[in-house]
Amino acid sequence: MDPSRKRKLRLVVALTAAVLLATALIYTSFSASTEASKPSQIKPGRSYDLTGKVVNGSVSHRGDQLRFRVRDRDGTASVPVSYTGVVPDPFREGREVIVSGELERGTFVAERDSLVTKCPSKFTKDKQSS
Amino acid sequence: MAGVGSACLAVALLTAAYAAGASLYGARTGRREWVTSGRRAIYCVAGLCVTAFALLESAFLRSDFSFALVAEGSSTSTPTFYKVTALWATQDGSLLLWATLLSLFASAVLFLTRRSLRDIAPYATAVLGVIAGFFLLLMVGWENPFDTLATPPAEGAGLNPLLRHPAMMIHPPMLYTGYVGFSVPFAFAIGALVTRRTGADWVRATRRFALIAWIFLGTGIMLGALWSYTELGWGGYWAWDPVENASLMPWLVGTAFLHSIMVQEKRGMLKVWNVSLICATFTLALLGTFLVRSGILDSIHAFGASTIGVQFLVFIGLVIALSATLIISRLPYLRTEAKLDSLLSREAFFLLNNLVLVGLCLVIMWGTFFPLISELITGTEASVGPPWFNRLVTPLALVLVLLAGIGPVLAWRRFTPAALWRVAWVPVAVAGATLVLLLAFTDAADSPPSLAMFCLVAFVLAVVGQELWRGTVARRTMTGESWPRALARLTGRNRRRYGGYLVHAGIAVLFLGVAASSAFVQQRDVRLRPGQSFGVDGYQVTYRQATAKLGGDSSGTGAPIAFGAILDVRGKGKHFVMRPSRNYYATTDPTLGAISRFFEGEATSEVDVRWGLRRDLWMAIRPDIGSLQGPIREADRKFADSPTDVQAFIIAALADRYRSNPPPAAFRAIASPLVLWIWIGGGIVVLGALVAAWPSPEARLRRMRSLYSARLGRELSRA
Repeated sequence: MDPSRKRKLRLVVALTAAVLLATALIYTSFSASTEASKPSQIKPGRSYDLTGKVVNGSVSHRGDQLRFRVRDRDGTASVPVSYTGVVPDPFREGREVIVSGELERGTFVAERDSLVTKCPSKFTKDKQSS
Repeated sequence: MAGVGSACLAVALLTAAYAAGASLYGARTGRREWVTSGRRAIYCVAGLCVTAFALLESAFLRSDFSFALVAEGSSTSTPTFYKVTALWATQDGSLLLWATLLSLFASAVLFLTRRSLRDIAPYATAVLGVIAGFFLLLMVGWENPFDTLATPPAEGAGLNPLLRHPAMMIHPPMLYTGYVGFSVPFAFAIGALVTRRTGADWVRATRRFALIAWIFLGTGIMLGALWSYTELGWGGYWAWDPVENASLMPWLVGTAFLHSIMVQEKRGMLKVWNVSLICATFTLALLGTFLVRSGILDSIHAFGASTIGVQFLVFIGLVIALSATLIISRLPYLRTEAKLDSLLSREAFFLLNNLVLVGLCLVIMWGTFFPLISELITGTEASVGPPWFNRLVTPLALVLVLLAGIGPVLAWRRFTPAALWRVAWVPVAVAGATLVLLLAFTDAADSPPSLAMFCLVAFVLAVVGQELWRGTVARRTMTGESWPRALARLTGRNRRRYGGYLVHAGIAVLFLGVAASSAFVQQRDVRLRPGQSFGVDGYQVTYRQATAKLGGDSSGTGAPIAFGAILDVRGKGKHFVMRPSRNYYATTDPTLGAISRFFEGEATSEVDVRWGLRRDLWMAIRPDIGSLQGPIREADRKFADSPTDVQAFIIAALADRYRSNPPPAAFRAIASPLVLWIWIGGGIVVLGALVAAWPSPEARLRRMRSLYSARLGRELSRA
């Protein structure tokens, strides 16, 4: 093979590999992703990453189960959540959380150990917003 | 004092701007005195930053709450160790840490290169001055760490309890040192591009800085993982959190850079690739800082809405634009000096390793920014979870470990398959034997990726062992030294080579820990009353009694209240006691009662880990203080206005009540096999990298000789 053809061949191989990797990335990520939604947006029948704030005074324990309500970050719509598994240390009323699960009979049933709490507002600079 | 600090920063900003301007002017006009002045201005910036840092640190130590930062992040009851480190738990403080470390690093490299690289160094000075200036500008313009409060509070808010962990306090400076360290090779690469001196000089001058930055960044990542494992109370060490990813990405690209510059040094190839890699590494380091600061992605680290996200984005944009323009305009000067002779050569495998590392980085980047990408394309914010990352990263990691084994034994330019087989048959046999043994005696086959990883790890370790063995034997036959002496001399004379082997062995050991602990972890979540037991991984765990400690928990975080448990663990021929607990920190929230504010504040798990080479037993407790709610409310009403010693007495009584009549508590037990090897492997990596970074006596001798002959030449020409 003459050098220029070899170069071209190498380029084609490299580009093909790159395109394959990119396609795999795009395909798998879109098929594996879960939507992040506010309480006012969720509907039964599919899974979501629910994001919002824990409603003040809504947290209660029932056996292993943690129950609380999550409301829109900037609204009043809220949904009850039942959750089992490990509760992150910063979990508090009024904090922002992300939890994945599905709406069943009006209650958002969360997957085990899926609760994530954003770091306390103590970190934030502007106290007015928190 | 705060005024002095602010002034320091303002003067440092002007000095940094001067440093950039003076060295550029000096380089353009060829007036050396301006270049020297610019370099010395950088030393000044370092001095000013260190002064500002010391002022702020002393305010933390004095608990001077007229400083807004001190009132926000510290308190009189915070233990001294955490007072010192609270400085970088805040946004403004960590910017100051960044600027201070950067100016120190810049001063060090400019001092070391003051007599060499006369063309490139002025431009590098300018770049470093601009970067330092950016961080100083952020502080002077938006986030002044020396902001004061008109009415200082009597008591500060205290350091976030989650951050009260030794690893967490060393982790940020380590990461920042890594981020900052990469700005040195970046600055010299830009200098090399501007001056069209694109040979290997800038690589040689800054290679060691890149390696040191890499060590710090890696150590920072390992410490972050340790913190996650022992402090966050969920029992994992890696969660593909955006900020974890943000620190891993520059590390991966930096690793690729450290490999590919060897190709440039040895063969004069991959020049475009190398300058692109170092620009990418530095950009990713900035991006890492930006991700932590901006809060654009949901993460445990997100600092909420930040005021400096836009500024960061603009700066990152400028860095990318400048790097890309320079690289493209200098393409004719970046032509390779040699061609790839064969795909069967060390340089080809280095290229492959680079592609895998950059591929890993791209995968992680895509996943990290997926919420933004998805919002852009589909309009809804969606995210990918850890399973997605694991699925894509695992195959790439397997290839990477395989390459870590093959790479070091390959010859430059070209080798034959027969030659490869001569050095590889023993390691391949070892890997094969490992496979057979694992299949015969363990259940490793349950997880094919882990099984593959175990075999590859055996392969890498065998390669490294064989190389050490061959080298030592060869040296012994030549010199007749004793075994340990021959090994030490061998390593000492080829530090880069044998340091590199050690790093590869460490990475293999690290992946051994990752593969074993991720696939074969056992976890139990249970609720127990005292006296009840449960089993996990062959251990019988019994909840013997509840504990309630007031003032001074065992790990020294300064928590006033700690509820916990004493657990008896029997099994595998051992009997030991574990004491997990949960710390409760008082809050200053005025809406809470005088007593309940001690229970309703932050709480953190103080995990108890029984470390072991074969497996860890990890234990966390979540006490149920619901039964205390009634008495706490009552005490709130009755003792709201009582003096503090009466309140302390009430809290002691409540603790007593918990201890003597404990409700069921929730426990999480995790048995992780070989997880300790992750950090042992990390330690080996650091050790190996230090060996490779240490200047060898021969090199020092060579440098002395060349300096001496240069002086001789000067004097002769003068005579």
